[in-house]
Order: sequence, then C-alpha cells, then structure tokens
Amino acid sequence: MASKRRGLPEINAGSMADIAFLLLIFFLVTTTMDVDTGISRKLPPMPEADQPEDDSQINARNIYVVLINSNNQLLVEGELMDVSQLREGAKRFINNNGVRQDLSENPEKAIISLQNDRGTAYKTYIRVQNELAAAYNELRNESALTKHGERFIDLNKSQQKEIKKLFPQKISEAEPKNIGGDS
Amino acid sequence: MSKFKKNGSKGMPAISTASLPDIVFMLLFFFMVTTVMRETTLFVSVVTPKATEIKKMEKKSLVSYIYIGAPVKRMQTSYGTAARIQLNDAFAEVGEIQEFIATEREAKDEKEIPYMTTSIKADETVKMGIITDVKQELRKANALKINYSTRKGEY
Repeated sequence: MASKRRGLPEINAGSMADIAFLLLIFFLVTTTMDVDTGISRKLPPMPEADQPEDDSQINARNIYVVLINSNNQLLVEGELMDVSQLREGAKRFINNNGVRQDLSENPEKAIISLQNDRGTAYKTYIRVQNELAAAYNELRNESALTKHGERFIDLNKSQQKEIKKLFPQKISEAEPKNIGGDS
Repeated sequence: MSKFKKNGSKGMPAISTASLPDIVFMLLFFFMVTTVMRETTLFVSVVTPKATEIKKMEKKSLVSYIYIGAPVKRMQTSYGTAARIQLNDAFAEVGEIQEFIATEREAKDEKEIPYMTTSIKADETVKMGIITDVKQELRKANALKINYSTRKGEY
C-alpha cells in the first residue's frame, strides 16, 4: 500500500551506461583495424617489342648484382653471402663515392640488380628486399642527420625530396629467368 | 557562515546520468558502422612474412588484393596443398589476373586509376615462381604499383 502511494519507483538507469560500455569495449577489442603494411615497389613496364635493350651503357662497377638461388642462398657480386650481411654490403656499395674501384661511383649512379630463381622462397625474397630497403633508409637517415640534424622521417617534404635525390632507391629486377634449375 | 551553511545543507543535486547511455550508444554505433568487416573469405592460408622497412598503405579503397597461399584445411580435399591464387571470392589461375585488374579499374574513377595499388598477400612459404608469374601478369595489365604485404617484426 505504501508503494502505491509513492507511485511507480523510477528504474535506475545508471547501470545502462555500464552495459553500453561493455558492448563498446567488446567492439573496440574485437574489431582489428587491420592496418595494411608492406613494402611498396614499382614494377617496370613491359618492354616494347621494338625497343632494344640498352643495359650496356651502365658501367659494371655501378651495378650490385644480387642473385638468390632455389636453395635460398645469396650470391652477391660473385661471392656467397649471408642475408644478415647484405645490408652492410649494400651500404658500402652505395656510399662508396668512388673510393673503391669495384664499387659504385656515387649513390646516384648505384643500381642494385636483384634476380631470383623460381624456386626461391618468398620469405627470403622479402628478407632481401627488406635488407636493401633498410640499407637505403639507413643511408638517407645518416645523411639527414649530418645535413639537418634530424631524422629522415622528421624532415619536411622538400628536404626529404632533396635527400631522396641524393640516394635514389634503384632496385632493378631482371626479367625472370631460371637460374638454378626447376623446382 | 550560516548563510553558506544553509545553502550547502541541501547538498549537491545529483547529476543526471540518464543521457550517458545515449552518448555511449552513439559511440558504439559509430564503431559498429565504421569498422569494415573483412569482405572476402579467405580460401588460402596466408601468413605474411615479417619485415622492418614497412610502410602503411594509404587509400584502402584503391587497393586490390591478390592472395597467394596453400588452400585452407577444408579446401585441401578438393584443391590439394599446392599454392594457389585467390582473387575476390574464388580461386583463380594466373591468366585471370589481367581480367581481374580490368574489372577493378572499371569500378573506379578514371582519375584514380594511376593511384591504384595491387597488394600481394602471399604466404611466406610460397615459392617465387608463382609470385613472378603474378608480377608478369600485372606488368602486362599495366598495374605497376604493387605492395608486398608484410607484418612488422624483427628477424
């Protein structure tokens, strides 16, 4: 009787927020924003039928030949090399500036030629691509630090462009061939 | 003193939290609507390789995906365990890539075509042979911007 006199008691809606929060957190946690990351590359256009190959113009010392065989072994400039050393090797080659006779004249002329076998594991290929990209990124970073006293990513667009011009990332992939047997 | 006491004796009126659920629901709906669920069901198992020098992909709407990997367990009875290509919602052969790129292009604005990227999501165990074939097809289709999808991680 007493309650009737008071009227229907108001339902406490305070916990509704908690329930909604619970749902919200559930969605926040379960939905992976799935940020796509990866190594971007640009493929060369298909050669025209009437276009002759003109590789002969490039001085051999400016080409850093990286071959990967079907056993995932690396042959760099004619020598067997472990992937872990590739970054240092590539940096030495790019930033040679004409000191050593067998390495590049300057970073702008340096070209890395990458060739893989059909049997090469994708993992190894990406590792090699990654190491080569890392070599360029490290060189750009070092140059940015000495020139502007900042890391490459902290520079503004025009400064970045300037350094990119000094260290153009030239990774050339030869037309596919079968180097080390079929698999 | 007494003046203030009188005022305070009533106590602070409770702030109504009745609208709090509404605000939270609004947030909830926002998240529910904006999060895009994966549109394609993967028939191939893909564990992308690790890399450190990675970049984020911009403009997701301009990206077309090519999945390469071994078929998932339930598909292995009919498709075997050899690495295969998946485009959209079906297995595909290498020769179908050019057609796939053409349909992707048709759906986009003409101005956006040069910015279109093809993301190769390949399993780390696949051999380069199939990747090379895919790349050659992409070159023929003149889809030159590619991205090797990788995870962030040290070796």
